[in-house]
Amino acid sequence: MLPVGYYIALSAILFTLGALGVLIRRNSIVIFMSIELMLNAGNLAFVAFARAYQSLSGQIFVFFIMAVAAAEVAVGLALIVAIFQTKRSIDVDQLNTMQG
Amino acid sequence: MIFSEVTSAGAQFFQWVPLILAFPLAGLLINMFFGGRLPEKVIGIVGSSAVVLTFVVAVLQAISLVGHPEGAVVPLADWIHIGELHLRWAIQVDTLSVTMMLVVSGVGSLIHIYAIGYMHEDVRHNGDPGRYQRFFVFFNLFILAMMVLVSADNYLMLFVGWEGVGLCSYLLIGFWYDKGEGGIGNAMAAKKAFVTNRVGDFGFLLAAFTMFGAFRSFEFESVFRQAPEVAAIIPSAIMFITLFMLLGVTGKSAQLPLFVWLPDAMAGPTPVSALIHAATMVTAGVYLVARSYPLYSLVPEAQFWVTMVGALTALFSATIAVGQFDIKKVLAYSTISQLGFMVAAVGMGATVAGMFHLVTHAFFKALLFLSAGSVILGLEQGHHHVEHDPVLRKKAKNLHHFDPQDMRNMGGLRTRMPITFWVFTIGGLALAGIFPLAGFWSKDEILLEANHLYSWAYIILSIAAFFTAFYVGRQLLMVFFGEPRTEPAAHAKESPPVMTVPLMILAGLSALGGLLNLPGIHTFGHWLEHTLEAATHGEAAEVAAEVGAEAAQAGALGFDLGIAAISTALAVVALGLAWYLYDRRYKQMLDIPPAKRPDDPLRSILGPVFTGMERKWWVDELYWAVLLNPYIALSKFLAQVIDWRFWHDWFHDVVIAGGFKWITRLTAVRIDLGGIDAIANGLATVTQGLAQQMRRLQTGYVRNYALSVFVGVVIILGYLILR
Repeated sequence: MLPVGYYIALSAILFTLGALGVLIRRNSIVIFMSIELMLNAGNLAFVAFARAYQSLSGQIFVFFIMAVAAAEVAVGLALIVAIFQTKRSIDVDQLNTMQG
Repeated sequence: MIFSEVTSAGAQFFQWVPLILAFPLAGLLINMFFGGRLPEKVIGIVGSSAVVLTFVVAVLQAISLVGHPEGAVVPLADWIHIGELHLRWAIQVDTLSVTMMLVVSGVGSLIHIYAIGYMHEDVRHNGDPGRYQRFFVFFNLFILAMMVLVSADNYLMLFVGWEGVGLCSYLLIGFWYDKGEGGIGNAMAAKKAFVTNRVGDFGFLLAAFTMFGAFRSFEFESVFRQAPEVAAIIPSAIMFITLFMLLGVTGKSAQLPLFVWLPDAMAGPTPVSALIHAATMVTAGVYLVARSYPLYSLVPEAQFWVTMVGALTALFSATIAVGQFDIKKVLAYSTISQLGFMVAAVGMGATVAGMFHLVTHAFFKALLFLSAGSVILGLEQGHHHVEHDPVLRKKAKNLHHFDPQDMRNMGGLRTRMPITFWVFTIGGLALAGIFPLAGFWSKDEILLEANHLYSWAYIILSIAAFFTAFYVGRQLLMVFFGEPRTEPAAHAKESPPVMTVPLMILAGLSALGGLLNLPGIHTFGHWLEHTLEAATHGEAAEVAAEVGAEAAQAGALGFDLGIAAISTALAVVALGLAWYLYDRRYKQMLDIPPAKRPDDPLRSILGPVFTGMERKWWVDELYWAVLLNPYIALSKFLAQVIDWRFWHDWFHDVVIAGGFKWITRLTAVRIDLGGIDAIANGLATVTQGLAQQMRRLQTGYVRNYALSVFVGVVIILGYLILR
């Protein structure tokens, strides 16, 4: 049985990767995937702690996050499709009309 | 209660007395509202019959008083209720008020009838027939106001009438307000009368206020009842009341020093002069003193002043009358002089004599004025005749500036206007006090009383009587005797019967008026006694009773042959002198070439003194110099310097407007613009600048936003962990 610190470390690495992906990449699909990565890093941390403390509430929370993530994917992909249809591109740097 | 309600049976018509107010009111309302559509005759008949009916009511009152000499007070309405003041509108019927009612409505009726004819010619002569209606409206209004005055049972109601007659006087003096010297002469005369009377009314009001302060009442009965008590506590109050009242009397009855308005009042049509400015209104002052006799009897000093004012006025204006050439001005000064006789008489407590003279004077002075009106009309018609006759027109000179009132333009009217001549002679001789005409008896009674009470007043009045006879003689001779001095006079015509019949009636009254109060019988004295004795019948009226008894005794003074002889002798001598000067000398004067010929024989004898008489002893000039010019200068100063320059130009424009502008500018520029606006604008500028800086943060790139979210989260988490 691996100590919980390993899981947390992995989770942190994954989260950092996701965050960097969101900040650095321009492709909105990739950004989207990075977000999923962060969510799943969270999930991993939840599950790790649930196992370490023998508590089910962490696992249940993971289910909620997965459900929300599914919903988010549905909305997010629809948005990306809509953006592509107007801009003919999914590069987020093209979407700077909010510039002040 | 002195005047108990009349309960006993017998002929008494006291309840009818409100009709003396109702008839003139009805007359004036009818003429006012329907007169425009009525023919002249109807207007005249309506106006006259209103007064005749008033006279009938007055006669009924007199008949009632014979049976019930105590009289009555007929209340009409509650009038004023303020605090302690409770006044009702009530008509006092007693011998004194009914005497005045009879004179006013009786003489008034005759003058109204005369005016039907006179005004018919006058409105045509002056070129505005539309004013015929107005004349009768004003005339009836005057009768109404006069009736209010004489029928009052309190001083305030009397004051209403007092002001009412003043108003009518003003309206009627200014009847031809667009005529006269410079087109405003008549209006000026009316104004002068009104303003001068205001001065007198000021005195009356002060007297009324003092009276209310002292007596807490205005009613005759109550005031006279309390008078002796009040006199015992605050004697100065009665003194003030009587002296201020004297000021009112000098205004209304044209006594020194306020007489100046009456001669100018001759600007009114002649019936006005006869009714208002000779027979009735101007005697209101005499009536007031007679009515207030219980007050005057308590203060001998006030009586002294009244007597002195009256006597001096009598002499002063009699001398002026000698130097006048205007036929109406002579009569005006004569009226002032005769009013002086009356005021002196009532002042010295000889109320019966004063009232007696008031009555007879109303007869003969109305007669004289109306005959003068007839003469003027005759001359105007003569003038008209001459103007329209080409032959006569060439002969006559100065036709355009012909003055039909100037006695120098008359002469020889005796044969041309015989009725007018005879009635004028009767009136003139009555005025001069020739036996047995009315003026002889009444003037003699005043002189008798004066000799008894104030011997110096007797001397002054006797001299005045001498002058009176002289100017009467002068006027008679200048107007009616000798040869006509102008063409219009030569072609003068007698007036129509509607004018001459009232003249004849008045002449009869002037001749027989003395019968009212023959010595030894004293009908009039006994008639007035009821009122005078009732009024002085107080609880502690020792002084009053004493004087009253004296007055009653004096009223019963016999006929002093000596005094009668002296006054008659004076009158005859004066008439003789007048005959010598204005008949003999006048004829001799005609031999002198016209350029050097004096216009009056007296002028060559008296020289500057005559000029003084002619110029009214410069009283008008004196008033102008002493009162009016300084007053006008003061008014101008107040208007131009104080009001316009100081208040308007400096205070309003500089101080108020300038100060307001300064404050406005201060608040607008400094406070509003510099303070409030600056704060608001500054806030906006700061916000704008801040926004200019802040907008750079808004890049529009998603990752920048994401980065700031991450950094924020890191900071918050860091804070939470490291805390």
